[in-house]
Amino acid sequence: MREPPPSPVDAHSDAFLTRLMRDQLKLSIACALCFAVALVALPLMNYFQPEFMAQRVFGFTLTWLILGVLFFPFVWIISFVFIQRSIALENAEAKAAQDGQSK
Amino acid sequence: MSSLLAFLAAETAPKQVDPWIAFFSLITVVVTVGMGFWTAGKSKSAGDFFVAGRSVSVGWNASAISGEYLSAASFMGVAGMVMATGYDALWYPVCYACGYLFLLLFIAGPLRRFGAYTIPDFAEGRYDSPVFRKIAVCFVLFIGFFYTMPQMKGAGTTLAYIFPGLPYWAGVVVVGAVITLNVSLGGMKGITLVQAFQYWLKVFAITLPIFILAAVVGHYQQHLAGNKTAQEAAATVLPGIERKALPAKAPKDEAWIAPFGKLTTKAVDASIAAATTPEAKASLESVKKPYSLLYTYSLIIALVCGTAGLPHILVRFYTNPDGVAAKRTTMWVMILIGVFYVFPPVYGVIGRSLTPELYDAVGAKGTDKVVLELPTLLAGRDHALLGSILSGITCAGAFAAFMSTFSGLLVSMSSALAHDIYGRMLRPDSSPEQRLKAFKWSALIVGLVAVGLGSQVEALEINFMVGQAFAIAAASYFPLLFMSVWWRGMTMRGAATGMLVGGLSALASISLTSISDVAVAKAKKLADAAELAAYWADHPLAKAIADYWVAHPLARILCEQPAIWAVALSIGLMFIVSKATAASIPPDIRMKMLVLHAPEALGLKQEYIKEHEGLGGH
Repeated sequence: MREPPPSPVDAHSDAFLTRLMRDQLKLSIACALCFAVALVALPLMNYFQPEFMAQRVFGFTLTWLILGVLFFPFVWIISFVFIQRSIALENAEAKAAQDGQSK
Repeated sequence: MSSLLAFLAAETAPKQVDPWIAFFSLITVVVTVGMGFWTAGKSKSAGDFFVAGRSVSVGWNASAISGEYLSAASFMGVAGMVMATGYDALWYPVCYACGYLFLLLFIAGPLRRFGAYTIPDFAEGRYDSPVFRKIAVCFVLFIGFFYTMPQMKGAGTTLAYIFPGLPYWAGVVVVGAVITLNVSLGGMKGITLVQAFQYWLKVFAITLPIFILAAVVGHYQQHLAGNKTAQEAAATVLPGIERKALPAKAPKDEAWIAPFGKLTTKAVDASIAAATTPEAKASLESVKKPYSLLYTYSLIIALVCGTAGLPHILVRFYTNPDGVAAKRTTMWVMILIGVFYVFPPVYGVIGRSLTPELYDAVGAKGTDKVVLELPTLLAGRDHALLGSILSGITCAGAFAAFMSTFSGLLVSMSSALAHDIYGRMLRPDSSPEQRLKAFKWSALIVGLVAVGLGSQVEALEINFMVGQAFAIAAASYFPLLFMSVWWRGMTMRGAATGMLVGGLSALASISLTSISDVAVAKAKKLADAAELAAYWADHPLAKAIADYWVAHPLARILCEQPAIWAVALSIGLMFIVSKATAASIPPDIRMKMLVLHAPEALGLKQEYIKEHEGLGGH
């Protein structure tokens, strides 16, 4: 995610609120999209490529392995990335707003 | 031990209580009640009761949320459903765990920053409307009662298993009484500790038995390999892996292991069975798979959005000290429950190989109890004592599961009654002592109603009922929270219309399917044709609905899994009505949005409270 502009801002301005919500929402939507693509794609793959998804991997079928095991760590990675970036974003915003107040 | 196995073969034979199973279950109950008493002395103020003083650390809170969330559906229902229906049931554990991502991304942080006690508080605070609080309270109760029914079924099933011969309703009454006592003693602070403890108990109870069992009877993937796919000529039964013959009622390997199996094709299958002409059968066959895909997507939407709208989970986010802690807590919850959810399907898969006789039983003796049943197999392999102990441990886990979720539901519903209805509507000038008293009475009332409802649902699958509670939450609270947090243009009328219409239509369509399913299950038990005809004559509505489903399988799928249209309907209505009533956007909307989104470091929350001091504050 991109860093918010470093210029000092007034915490009570409309511009600050709009940017605050836009940056946070952008990050949330980017992460949600990663997740949604996987959720939409897996049933579609099952629907259109049943033979491919039924091949055996370590005794599991491919689709069983993905849904029953691999899906969990995939979501942990998304949430970890989100938390790191979201907290960094908050700190940057707080700093920018406090600079604006002290001026 | 052998008596338990014999019990399966001949249900009516006199049975004995396994001392180990009874022992472990008793320990769980005693520890739970003991912790409730112990913390009761420490819970003094209303804050302690409703939000545990808002000072619960990330580790405690994450364990407590996980403990509260992993219900009877997770512990017993998922395994039972995987065993009964195969691959499609895997969506339940995956979406139960991954639904938290939506909560994390869009709702957890802002909701905590807003600093209200309950969801109805949020609804009122965001729109300055006491009317809206009342609507929000109703949904806490709707969703809560739908969610308590499967917990009660878990209780009835487990107790009937531990004490063979005990009727189903007796288990419901006993567990309901114990939890109600516990909650009215300790409130939220009391159950935070209990639930954190119960999370670890449940993880221990699901993992240890399956690791030992797998070491003896073979592993997850080895048993899965024994189920042949449609592409394979024959099943590859590995050496040393036992596989008992499946009864006629069990789904075939190809349908069980592949996506779009029994769970999603049930409605069309019923229509095919009833179709009279070959053309009608063929045309139904051709829509079977597309309808299954639709069912799958609707289920995914219900579970993912529903997780982000469960009131008893959301209320826990208020126990975090701040928004950042709320986000961190959510991530840890996802890890804790994700680790847990890998295991219940393992029981289902191994259960299919080794306890196929469960397919023939219904109700409390069917596949829903595979988690309890599987460890006893060790007894037949010269580990009699170990089998008993492990079965005792899984029973203890099951106890922890429905006890913790039921406690959480009881707290959130009692809070809604005591804090929102009594404290804010009936007696706004009541003292804190009176509200505490109201909380205890509310717990008692809710407990009684839950027991009454729970004793009626023996015929329904645990996991299925939980899915329905999720669908109602997905169509009411999720759109409300998501839109209120992120869209400045929402008005009270828009929010209320969307939530009411979406939530109530989901509730209505789900109730229709449940009522007809319970009636059909009862009718199936009647062997005599004359009795059957009399039964249907007494229940003309259920008969009409059941016939309608057979004629219109698509309608049945959309009613059974309403999330795909109900969520869209709810969000669409919120948008349209808000646009139409844009004049009534709260005047201080910018301040409210700042409170929701600005980092706490800026201290904006205090300013918000000051502005509202004259109005009673939050």
